Amino acid sequence: MSLEIRNLHASIPEREILRGLDLVVPKGEVHAIMGKNGSGKSTLAKVMAGHPGYEVTSGSVLLDGEDLLGMEPDERSRAGLFLAFQYPMEVPGVTIANFLRAALSARLKEGAEIDAVAYYKSLYAKMDALKIPREFTSRPVNDGFSGGEKKRCEILQMAMLEPSYAVLDETDSGLDIDALKIVSDGVNALRGPDRGFLVITHYQRLLNYIVPDVVHVMVDGRIVKSGEKDLALKLEADGYDWIEKELAAA
Amino acid sequence: MSTETKPDIAIDRSVGDFSYDVDYAYDAGVGLTEATINYISDVKGDPEWIRQFRLDAYKKFLEKPMPTNWASRDLENIIFENIRYYLAQGQQPKRSWDDVPEEVKRTFERLGIPEQERKFLAGVEAQFDSEAAYSNIKAAVGEQGVIFVGSTEGLHKHPEIFRKWFGKVIPTGDNKFSALNSAVFSGGSFIYVPPGVKVKHPLQAYFRINAESFGQFERTLIIADEGSEVMYMEGCTAPKFETATLHSAVVELVALKGAKIQYITVQNWSPNVFNLVTKRGLAMEDAEVKWIDCNIGSRLTMKYPGVVMKGRRARGEVISIALAGDGQHQDTGAKMIHAADETTSNIVSKSISLGSGRATYRGMVHVPRHLKGCKNNTECDALLINSHSRTDTYPAITVRGQGNACQHEASVSQISEEQIFYMQQRGIPEGAAMSLAVNGFVNDLVQQFPMEYSVELKRLIELEMEGSVG
Repeated sequence: MSLEIRNLHASIPEREILRGLDLVVPKGEVHAIMGKNGSGKSTLAKVMAGHPGYEVTSGSVLLDGEDLLGMEPDERSRAGLFLAFQYPMEVPGVTIANFLRAALSARLKEGAEIDAVAYYKSLYAKMDALKIPREFTSRPVNDGFSGGEKKRCEILQMAMLEPSYAVLDETDSGLDIDALKIVSDGVNALRGPDRGFLVITHYQRLLNYIVPDVVHVMVDGRIVKSGEKDLALKLEADGYDWIEKELAAA
Repeated sequence: MSTETKPDIAIDRSVGDFSYDVDYAYDAGVGLTEATINYISDVKGDPEWIRQFRLDAYKKFLEKPMPTNWASRDLENIIFENIRYYLAQGQQPKRSWDDVPEEVKRTFERLGIPEQERKFLAGVEAQFDSEAAYSNIKAAVGEQGVIFVGSTEGLHKHPEIFRKWFGKVIPTGDNKFSALNSAVFSGGSFIYVPPGVKVKHPLQAYFRINAESFGQFERTLIIADEGSEVMYMEGCTAPKFETATLHSAVVELVALKGAKIQYITVQNWSPNVFNLVTKRGLAMEDAEVKWIDCNIGSRLTMKYPGVVMKGRRARGEVISIALAGDGQHQDTGAKMIHAADETTSNIVSKSISLGSGRATYRGMVHVPRHLKGCKNNTECDALLINSHSRTDTYPAITVRGQGNACQHEASVSQISEEQIFYMQQRGIPEGAAMSLAVNGFVNDLVQQFPMEYSVELKRLIELEMEGSVG
């Protein structure tokens, strides 16, 4: 069981961003992708989730063997893929409670309904764990939230939707150290044999808290190097130049 | 669809989209002449002053031009000669559900009215075409001296109150359609709330158009005597027919010193209906008139609820939501006429345009030079769902004199692709994401509706959105 990306090519008009990307995240593991700005990390996250602004020209993305690329974004979500956004969108007037309820209802059989009491019990427990004040249930999604509140809210959504694979896109950006710890604890609490994570980050710092099983390096729309967690430390210390040199020499 | 298992909703498009053959006991035929008006007056047993009122109004109707110099030219497509102006089952409104004719009952049962009544309502006045076919008022309200009857019964049985205010808030010649209504009106509600009585539960009426090419011209008059409070709700559905149908109501509200009236409309007309309604309230000293108005459906709606603040510290408010679906035009707004010192008015208007739907806001705020301490706040927000939608705002604000304040804010927004993608990423299908976003846009206004109406409104918006996406 795995999230498997094979030879993925994706473009925006007139420019190819993913250029034959291969990556396998087995269920139960945490993989990190590091790379410079513009290497295509966020594009990968959006393409996997089915953002309409990108065109996939070849390749495949399989979630436990199921082809994601033929699905609508909402179908991919219901198939088990979650994306924690780098810049979560505001949805004015729609409260967090109603939003998550709609998301959970979409997973039920036609005609079935969410049990309101159980729903709020579960929601409150998860909010408490993420130190999100309970009055946030009646606040519109991301509307007027600070950067840290938005990121915690993303993790809350992940906790409620219980995906089989989660992609975290620069979840550490804009977080102070306290918020980083809360968010990391939230992610670590969801780690387990039934879930795979792909953590996209620019900085090694996050990986001190969410310790990955494998670190991948992305350059120009491809995974060019993979290694254990020490690779992240080396990238932090030495930068990416040595990898580019290695590539040029190869 | 079973009526027993529909607890929380009274009307929606799928429920309203049907009609039964009904044998009309009275039918004024097609077209409008003095003879038609005399026929209506004869059948209804009008007192002479009402007959004269109708005939005078008919003259004014003929004199008044169509307001196409500022309004939609689509009005020219109304063929007055092809409309039936009066149809009725019988003259006496039925008080017991058992007495209501079978076809009519089936229609209402599909609309869920009896359940509504059992659950929340102090009284139900359900209008079937021209006459109230079923009307009932609960003992509690009756004991307080509240009168809640059809307009015909009101003018016959309570002439001393009826005649004093009828046609006084909206003069016959206010506009072409108020003149038309005044000539041929039938049905609608008459409510009188005695001094100091606060009616706890909302009074409610359902209007429904059943016959093809039939105009509905109901006339509602509500008088809240000094220090009293009342909330009135109307819901409207109409079955779909090929030929255009005209709905042209007149609603007059009178809030005497210190009284409060809230008038709530949730309207879901079928897309061939011309809905041309004149609504105005008079607020005396310390009185408050609040219109909460939701317009969904119809071919063309023109409706600008107004408040004339005639007494010191009177307050007027219009909260409106308009949803213009594909091919529809919602031309709505508000009129606030400040006619005393320290009067305040508030207008909040939100419109949604889908597909080729068009939303127009027209707001008139008038504060003359000699007044002091008057305030108006106007907010109007438009949401466009796709590129060929259209929205226009025509504010007409005249605020003169010193110490009067007026604030006007307007915004136009769109639901972005990124927002929809974000919601879809959580598993919510595109159509549901759209309606969630639209419901979010109007959410702060919907919360002002009574619970059962806000649920219904949410469902109506979802139904509209389903048709427009995918």
